[in-house]
Amino acid sequence: MIEIENLCKSFTLHNQGAAVLPVLAGAHLRVDPGECVALTGASGSGKSTLMRMIWGNYRAETGRLQVAGLDLTTATPRQIIALRRARLGYVSQFLRVVPRVPTLRVVAEPLLALGQPEPQALARAAALLARLNIPERLWSLSPTTFSGGEQQRVNIARGFAHPFPVLLLDEPTASLDAVNRAVVLDLIGEAKARGAAILGIFHDEAARAQVADRLVDVTGFTPARAA
Amino acid sequence: MESAQGRIWTRKKPEPEAGPLLLVEGLGKAWGARIGCADVGFDLYPGEVLGIVGESGSGKSTLLGCLAGHLPADAGRILYRGRDLRMMAEPERRHLARTEWAFVHQNPRDGLRMGVTAGANVGERLMAVGARHYGAIRATATDWLGRVEIDPARIDDRPRAFSGGMQQRLQIARNLVTGPRLVLMDEPTGGLDVSVQARLLDLLRELVREMGLAVIIVTHDLAVARLLADRLMVMKDGRVIEAGLTDQVLDDPQAAYTQLLVSSVLQV
Repeated sequence: MIEIENLCKSFTLHNQGAAVLPVLAGAHLRVDPGECVALTGASGSGKSTLMRMIWGNYRAETGRLQVAGLDLTTATPRQIIALRRARLGYVSQFLRVVPRVPTLRVVAEPLLALGQPEPQALARAAALLARLNIPERLWSLSPTTFSGGEQQRVNIARGFAHPFPVLLLDEPTASLDAVNRAVVLDLIGEAKARGAAILGIFHDEAARAQVADRLVDVTGFTPARAA
Repeated sequence: MESAQGRIWTRKKPEPEAGPLLLVEGLGKAWGARIGCADVGFDLYPGEVLGIVGESGSGKSTLLGCLAGHLPADAGRILYRGRDLRMMAEPERRHLARTEWAFVHQNPRDGLRMGVTAGANVGERLMAVGARHYGAIRATATDWLGRVEIDPARIDDRPRAFSGGMQQRLQIARNLVTGPRLVLMDEPTGGLDVSVQARLLDLLRELVREMGLAVIIVTHDLAVARLLADRLMVMKDGRVIEAGLTDQVLDDPQAAYTQLLVSSVLQV
């Protein structure tokens, strides 16, 4: 579901003397349905860059990057929007939502965007929030005022609301307590069982050991930098 | 929840049509020897939000003015549902502007009638598309004032008595009440409190989704662009210098000017 071959990425900083920063070289990776692959490597080695390229956030330049059947090196914005709506889910570390939208709606939004009837979408959102132990009295409030752990759980609920065939998880258990961490690991296990292809970054090694089928060390894709 | 309020849309989500709602090709407008905008092209489908960003004088307002028919373009084509607006007779274009389009001005005074009440400002648009039942018009106007967070008790006040932010919210209510297909917005959230801005952004997103509204929003606020627009066009000196997926343009800008624009903002 994710196929990457010889993917390279560099940033050209036009306003800083046109400095070119190579950040990824010769990356290759494959994630099949029902499989969870974890990216490893030290900070700055390019895990997040690779993840953001797969999400379509960073432009893919050279090489091959195929996600759920779409070639991201040639895809139009409209195709990437459609991919994200139906086939590619992303749980980022940061919650970026319109302030003042109630949490229940924030979580239901991906389903509403797919045209699901509102009662059904809200029911699904409520079930996920309950499972992730977000107290019901918070559901009508905007998550922008929540604690870090609560925001992360809202993000997770939003990412798992629709059964995306491909899921990207950036540190999904980072600021969670043991109970909620277990819930998230169960959700990941269930997604794998239904055939989702999952790519994750987990600094939580025990969590990684529990859900990941394979590790890919991105240090191998870090370009040698001129000092 | 919102849906329980029973909205009175005059138009349901339209059946999907084959082509884009709006197709713009080679659009240009000169101010004497100076370029207003040049060689602008894009397409827009129902349910899409296109953001246009750039600094003052970049041509974004000129472009919006040409699209809306407020300014005559010198070159190119503007196809709305397959028909060239530049070839359309004035009465027909005015009819479209009243029924299928909405234009939200940067300055609410340009989009409101300051001498009539808030309720009349909203109700007038409904009457222009054929609503005649006073009770229903007033109920819809009341509902819309609530949605843009104007106390419905102020329905009989004139906009002159409103703050700038309230006037802008009223202008948006006036424009959206008839359920247009295409909404053009020029810096619509500029003068608003951040919290009201957020409520409006949410309202707009909901309308886009539920009614298949297509929106073109000119803004210099990159945070607004990120939250609202699917795609972004960056303009400089009258030309589009970069276009693409909103978060890609903001997080991985390619053009030197876009990099400068993005890096000048603290956090978007």
